[in-house]
Amino acid sequence: MAPLLEVKGLQAFYGQTKVLFDLGFDIAEGGITTLLGANGAGKTTTLRAICNMVRTEGSVRFAGKDIRGLPTEEIVRQRIAHVPEGRGTFTTLTVDENLRIAAYTRRDKEGVKNELDRVFGYFPRLKERVQQQAGTLSGGEQQMLAIARALMLKPRLMLLDEPSFGLAPLVVVEIFRILRRINEEEKVSILLVEQNAALALDLADYAYVLETGRVVMADRSSVVKNDEGIRKSYLGY
Amino acid sequence: MEQFLQQLASGLANGAIYACVALALVMIYVSTDHLNFAQGEMAMFSTYISWQLMNWGLNFWLAFVLAVLISFVAGLLIERIVLRPLHNAPVLSVVVVFIGLLAICNSMAGAIWSYLIKEYPSPFPKSTFGIAGVIGPHQLGVVLVTLIVLSLLFVFFRYTPLGLAMRAAAQNPSSARLVGVRVDWMLALGWGLAAAVGAVAGIMVAHIVYLDPNMMGGILLYAFASALVGGIGNPGGAVIGGFIVGILENMVAYAGNMIEKETGVYIIGNGEKLTVALIIVIFVLTVKPAGLFGRVVVKRV
Repeated sequence: MAPLLEVKGLQAFYGQTKVLFDLGFDIAEGGITTLLGANGAGKTTTLRAICNMVRTEGSVRFAGKDIRGLPTEEIVRQRIAHVPEGRGTFTTLTVDENLRIAAYTRRDKEGVKNELDRVFGYFPRLKERVQQQAGTLSGGEQQMLAIARALMLKPRLMLLDEPSFGLAPLVVVEIFRILRRINEEEKVSILLVEQNAALALDLADYAYVLETGRVVMADRSSVVKNDEGIRKSYLGY
Repeated sequence: MEQFLQQLASGLANGAIYACVALALVMIYVSTDHLNFAQGEMAMFSTYISWQLMNWGLNFWLAFVLAVLISFVAGLLIERIVLRPLHNAPVLSVVVVFIGLLAICNSMAGAIWSYLIKEYPSPFPKSTFGIAGVIGPHQLGVVLVTLIVLSLLFVFFRYTPLGLAMRAAAQNPSSARLVGVRVDWMLALGWGLAAAVGAVAGIMVAHIVYLDPNMMGGILLYAFASALVGGIGNPGGAVIGGFIVGILENMVAYAGNMIEKETGVYIIGNGEKLTVALIIVIFVLTVKPAGLFGRVVVKRV
């Protein structure tokens, strides 16, 4: 079966500085894939490159279509949802508005309402705070809101940038449990970028390890997890 | 007492105009962090367009609607054509473009319609009513029309998906893109709406200040003051700020007149309205730098 996302020879630049070198990887439909690596390895940049938020060269194919170079908002409309680093909360809007904004192109009110209910099924805590200004939510709740907003886009592929960042361990466990459910119940493929390699390898079925913008290892999570050398050199645990 | 009420009414009418222009300024400010110095001249140009349409035989309201629509499209095009290439330009470049726009609007209006001051009709009936001429029909009409326009805008931004998308694009453009909002178009739409609201203000005020290419100069100054008093990032605040400034300047004149009548000494009057109003504005900003309604956004990270 052809992969859902196919990245080949991807290069990315910040100004004149090249940060991704000839990067290539695939994401299978329905799976959870993780990108691991130290700070500065290019994990976040890879996600940003997929959504054309940095200058890129190379090829990014999604569901058989070349999407590289399309404006970010058009890539998103192909049903790739990006949960950005720092969560990207609309702080002055309410929780409800933060979610509805993701459905603003849709005209079927009934459908949007069903979508909201479905999303609240995963995040009951957000439902309690639906009229609250999003900037007043806790870090964990804002992360949930970001994932919920991405879900409102009915994505085929969800890109998650460090969903565990700055959160209490218990909250992280809760969020990862929800991600697993979303993957299984919604059939959403996930590309996860994480600092916390142990956690990411538990969730993902396939892993790529990056170092300074290049893939240094690609294998099933269980294999990567047990590779002593990789673990010591790149994952640091 | 009657004079007091008259001044209050006149303050409300002026305030309504300031509120519209201030709102136009804020709409562009919240999405781009730039103050459009050409907002007043754009409104003036729109007013001339409506005058021209009436000259060609259209009735007032048809000319009004058409001029507002034309302004909307023109605002949108100005953003797409003139400002789009400057999205990543330094602030000063943008400021220069705004000043250029100001000069272009002004001299084009002068070239097409001459700098001669023109009378501009009022669409409202001449009759006096209510408490014997406390509020003139034009003043009442201005307040009503602007309130309707402001309410429509409020409903649009608060309750429609497109309004929500525009607010989201203004607040966090990169996140807005990530939920599929076409941010560039939202900016252009914001410019269009600002130009349209400015046109409403220009057309409403032209009967009072008469039509000439420099008619909006003072009004833009008041509108800046209104936006700042209300909190430059807060559309509702800008509207209230407009009414505050409008009423304030007339109250200053009223107080001056009363003092003169009682004591025979002239201290302040109509001539000092602007000065005193601006002094009060500066005072407000010294005490509350964010403006009266400029709330500090609660943010947890």
